[in-house]
Amino acid sequence: MSILPQLAFILVLGIAGYILSKRIAFLRRNILLGKGETRNDQAEKRWKTMLLVAFGQQKMFKRMVPAFLHLLIYVGFLIINLEVLEFVIDGIFGTHRIFHPVLGKAYTVAMNAFEFLAVAVLVSCVAFLVRRNVMKVERFVKPELKGWPAMDANLILVIEIILMVAILSMNATDQILAQRNHPQYVLLDGLFFSGLIQPIFQGMGDGALVAIERIAWWFHIVGILAFAVYVTYSKHLHIFLAFPNTWYSNLKPKGEIENMPAVTKEVNLMLGLATDGGSEAPAEVGRFGAKDINDLTWVNILNAYSCTECGRCTSECPANLTGKKLSPRKIMMDVRDRAEEVGKSLDTGGKGLEDGKSLLGDYISKEEINACTSCNACVEACPVNIDPLSIILQLRRYVAMEESGTPAQWNAMFQNIETSFSPWKFSPSDRFNWAEKVKNEEIK
Amino acid sequence: MSTYTVPTMAEMLSQGESPEVLFWVGCAGSFDERYKAVTVAFTKILNKVGVKFAVLGPEESCTGDPARRAGNEFLFQMMAINNIQVLNAYEVKKIVTACPHCFNTIKNEYPQLGGNYEVIHHSQFLQQLINEGKIVLKGGGGFKGKKITFHDSCYLGRANDVYEAPREVIKALDVELVEMKRCKTKGLCCGAGGAQMFKEPEHGKKDINIERTEEALATGASAIAVGCPFCLTMMMDGVKNKEKESEVQVLDLAELLAKDMGI
Repeated sequence: MSILPQLAFILVLGIAGYILSKRIAFLRRNILLGKGETRNDQAEKRWKTMLLVAFGQQKMFKRMVPAFLHLLIYVGFLIINLEVLEFVIDGIFGTHRIFHPVLGKAYTVAMNAFEFLAVAVLVSCVAFLVRRNVMKVERFVKPELKGWPAMDANLILVIEIILMVAILSMNATDQILAQRNHPQYVLLDGLFFSGLIQPIFQGMGDGALVAIERIAWWFHIVGILAFAVYVTYSKHLHIFLAFPNTWYSNLKPKGEIENMPAVTKEVNLMLGLATDGGSEAPAEVGRFGAKDINDLTWVNILNAYSCTECGRCTSECPANLTGKKLSPRKIMMDVRDRAEEVGKSLDTGGKGLEDGKSLLGDYISKEEINACTSCNACVEACPVNIDPLSIILQLRRYVAMEESGTPAQWNAMFQNIETSFSPWKFSPSDRFNWAEKVKNEEIK
Repeated sequence: MSTYTVPTMAEMLSQGESPEVLFWVGCAGSFDERYKAVTVAFTKILNKVGVKFAVLGPEESCTGDPARRAGNEFLFQMMAINNIQVLNAYEVKKIVTACPHCFNTIKNEYPQLGGNYEVIHHSQFLQQLINEGKIVLKGGGGFKGKKITFHDSCYLGRANDVYEAPREVIKALDVELVEMKRCKTKGLCCGAGGAQMFKEPEHGKKDINIERTEEALATGASAIAVGCPFCLTMMMDGVKNKEKESEVQVLDLAELLAKDMGI
């Protein structure tokens, strides 16, 4: 027996591992372009959030139909990957169905379960393709999805369908060969779903069947490895990043905006109050607010890479619902695209962040961020706890404090607050006038 | 017969007294013609129930919420630090406010700047008074048996997870509480949050308050209850825009209770 297939397999595995490790390092570096932020408190609550939201898919179930279909693919992915372990061992050692002797009858049960899930995944992927391309569910046909994002989504679904067809064909041909007592093939106690497609292959000779079985085997495992690499270039990264992303969720009340200690220091100095750090001038504070991705926190960028562009945020956004340009999903896609651009530039000796472009301006416009009502509907809607509002508010801070570029009516509001201590132009001495009348009224 | 009183913190201090709770009126509650009625209604309830309260009166300032949300952190912190100095000087422990924006800012954002208080929204305060039997309702206040819908304010609901207190207040009125399609965690914003109250909306195909008002009208309710000054303005504008102001009222929770109590 030739050792060639084993060597080829190990080579393929090595190449995939190498590309993957390069990609992971690239993504990690891009995420860490963001500013430091410590989110390691309340570990117990964080594990619980991850368990419920990522592992348990709790927030997906706000919409039952996609949640159910997605659950089938998710469970399929988790369970079928157990089979991949067998694939890898068989591939390296030149064995075939190595777990069969260990598991005995249970092996057939497991294989049937895998096949059931394979069919469930297949059906769900077809349903998702229909939702995107035939029913054209509104959140899937928004402007930010035109081009590559729409293609990316369809490609993933098609790849998954092909992978599932491969696994079913492999089992079908494998079992026909086993029934014919072909050496190396193991007869199981009946596989239901692949059994249904056996008639397609029954008329073929042993040689052709072995060829199909082997091609399907190779296609499936190489396909999975290729998919793993593809995922790192795709919105599909959420399958891994949903876990750290939910672990690093914002656990504070959603209404609370992150404080800026650098500003507190300056305001205290201005008001003649003691500051914590003594009277020395504040250390280099950098920019106020965010203009580019390095002004955001690494959690913001992790959020962006975890986004799978489902658009639940955008479909709940009051601004987007009423036809404004703002789309929280687009904000997340823009952050990721800019991080990718900067990362690629840095890796090829380019100018990186100094390329004359920036997140605000080249990707996200003021019109978009100005339309936000800070209502937190997007944050609430996200199945993996992404926070687009945090990014929008940081961009607004840059516009207000570094550019003085807020809309004129907001500038007027600022002025009113400064001079009359109210966002409206009323005399502060009239503030208590409302009580005059009621003070003269008799209690009934 | 005595008259209603609205003591200020300064007056209380000069008499060597301190209140159980500070009523933070807010800018809308102080200046907005329509919203002043809510301030008065809540003041009357506090008087009627005998809650020992005080206001800051002329010493109150904007919390800084709209400045912070529009990106002006300097202005926000100026306002916050000044307010905290005033509140701490009076040794304020507990604050109640009818404005979810003030509520959120003082409760969640003042602690990092040195302001630590127990802060509750007036819906929670009113619910407590009802539960303790201090507010005795006659039932209806003109709405007995009629439908009332509640519009969740973002800064009360999603921002701070207060969904039930306002609903409990409405249910105590012997009316039928009907929910809009988008409610509680899925509630649709009125369009005024995030400093939108203070500028024209960006170009779009519809105003947010119209979208929300249509949803509220679709419930067939004869009143839309709110717990926020901005929501009140936006929903009233929406109802006016739909020419339904003779059929559908927009009222704050405190107004609903005061009506029922006959004050």
